Amino acid sequence: MKAPPGVSPSDFAKALSEFEQAVGKPWVFTADEDVALYRDPYSPFLGEPDELVASAAVAPDGVEEVQKVVRIANQYKIPIYPVSTGKNLGYGGSAPVFSGSVVLDLKRMNRVIEVNEENAYALVEPGVSYFDLYRYIQEKGLRLWVDVPDPGWGSPVGNALDRGGGYLMAQFRNHFDSHCGMEVVLASGEIIRTGMGAMPGAKTWQNYKSGFGPWVDGIFSQSNFGVVTKMGFWLMPEPDAYLSGTVYVPKHKDLIPLVRILNYLENTRVTNGMPDLGSPLLGIPMIQQIDIWNRGEGPAPPEPELASLLAKSEGGYSPELEQYALAHGISYWSLKLTFYGAPKANEANWEFAKEKFSAIAGAKFVDNESYKLPLTAEQQEKVHKPQFGIPSLAMFSIGARSRINPDPTSGHMWFSPIIPRTGEAIFEANRVFSEAAKKYGIPALAFSLPSCYWERAFIFIFAFPVTRDPATNQKNRAAFRQLVQIAAEHGWGEYRTAPAYQDTIMSTYSYNNHSLLRFHETLKDAVDPNGILSAGRYGIWPKHLRKTPA
Amino acid sequence: MKHVGLSAIALAWLLGGLTSAAQDQGQRIPSSWTTTTISGEGKPRGYVEYEKYCSACHGAGAAHPGTMALQAKYKGAEPAVLDQRTDLTSELIKTYVRNGISVMPFFRKTEISDADLDLIAAYLTRNNKQ
Repeated sequence: MKAPPGVSPSDFAKALSEFEQAVGKPWVFTADEDVALYRDPYSPFLGEPDELVASAAVAPDGVEEVQKVVRIANQYKIPIYPVSTGKNLGYGGSAPVFSGSVVLDLKRMNRVIEVNEENAYALVEPGVSYFDLYRYIQEKGLRLWVDVPDPGWGSPVGNALDRGGGYLMAQFRNHFDSHCGMEVVLASGEIIRTGMGAMPGAKTWQNYKSGFGPWVDGIFSQSNFGVVTKMGFWLMPEPDAYLSGTVYVPKHKDLIPLVRILNYLENTRVTNGMPDLGSPLLGIPMIQQIDIWNRGEGPAPPEPELASLLAKSEGGYSPELEQYALAHGISYWSLKLTFYGAPKANEANWEFAKEKFSAIAGAKFVDNESYKLPLTAEQQEKVHKPQFGIPSLAMFSIGARSRINPDPTSGHMWFSPIIPRTGEAIFEANRVFSEAAKKYGIPALAFSLPSCYWERAFIFIFAFPVTRDPATNQKNRAAFRQLVQIAAEHGWGEYRTAPAYQDTIMSTYSYNNHSLLRFHETLKDAVDPNGILSAGRYGIWPKHLRKTPA
Repeated sequence: MKHVGLSAIALAWLLGGLTSAAQDQGQRIPSSWTTTTISGEGKPRGYVEYEKYCSACHGAGAAHPGTMALQAKYKGAEPAVLDQRTDLTSELIKTYVRNGISVMPFFRKTEISDADLDLIAAYLTRNNKQ
């Protein structure tokens, strides 16, 4: 066991002993084999000297124990790194950003404080997973859905604080936006409650977000200003019915009106589930098809003539390729729309959407699934579960061994820039990333489509594999950093990233000589003067570890 | 004993009044709950722990990446669904849970305790030939 950087072995020993008094001896982990479990299983530094590792871990069971641990850490200036369920794989897992920190593992704090059916909200602790909350709601027979991300073992608190997303109605998909009220332990050990929770005996903590005065909740996401110990979320009342339909359009340039019409329909709430773009011609699956395709149950490989045209096309286009598609009735683009609500309203909204998309010459429509809810057990096995608020781990088919992937990865990291929600932006981003891929030798698809989680912006999600070969990982890291810079030069920023890239990405948010980062640092110095909380998280370093921005 | 019990109730009630415990305490996730709604009632603890931690990836049917991976690896020579295997050893199970393999991560002791891991190993080796 090694003391954290800058902490003397004797101070570390005293702090550990006091941690044991605070949380109980079994919940302070110092043995090498136990501490190793706090490594990031998907670390892009896997097995290299620069891998981010913990020095110890402490697992409190309740806000009072969190307060005690934070106060002890402050006294001995021990860097601590809170994690909730530690399952944001690809974004850091349970490993600290500042190597040698003590992980504050909140998994034991797994209480569902309240779920209110009438006002459709929940208040939970950080150790409650999506699986747990789903189960709680099912056990109580409540007609509520939780907006879950693809991996269901993460926690609503951790995912929201990382600003993750899901699949249900637009107002729930951005998990941070759908939260309502927090309890936070500050670095001093003091507790604050945000929004209406600041009023003793508040009756609307989970009903009204902003309370009175500055709304500070945002500073506790993707940051290191406090330990969130409770968080409220708005849940989606279970709708009566679900309907989906797919629009197919024939030509390359049709992507532009396809997105424009989609934006109108989504922003007027005609379609209210997550839209899903695909390309039958280019062989790009929609999100709900990824797992199926990974299992080797996707469409057959293209005919030789099409394969040859695809190989010769630039950025997924050539006049010959388009001509082939038109002649063979293969659509260039597909867009799946989903509708939650009253059965007749869903049908009427889909009909209205068809009318609007009919402005695109040659648009075709296919009616997909229509379900009366709740789903039967049999139906549940056929659907992409997160679109029905059901947690799952199916998406871990990405990189896993399968019939079509005999060489599994050791994990992945995500390059995920935000771009404007227009067809033009999709084309431009593909041109830029495809050129960069060639220049830096990054294996890339001919063309990629973004995801539609957010209503006003697209997000590209490119997976970089993590391997057991340090040389490959090193090359991928360099390529990742190049892509971040290239994206930034075009005005596209990352929404979230693994610790390895947090400084790099924060440095691209550099308007006015990094004035936003300098503001973060001013806050950091004020609320955590000893810099004990999550040093370096999202590029925010305490004064004694701060480097000049690049 | 009755006296102690009554005192405890009175104390809890008093504390509840002071700290609005109804909102602060909530319900801890019971250890009998799995990741699905499969009931652990009356089932061996090892089965419950397996359902809680393993079956979301290693269960039967489509959309289980662990099952998909083992099917691709053994091509039917061994059952792809983990709890149908009869050749796993406790040591092997514990090695994978604590070290991970491919995209399967390792699990911390706050997730799967050593005691829970013993139960899972006992469940997965229950049908092994002696």
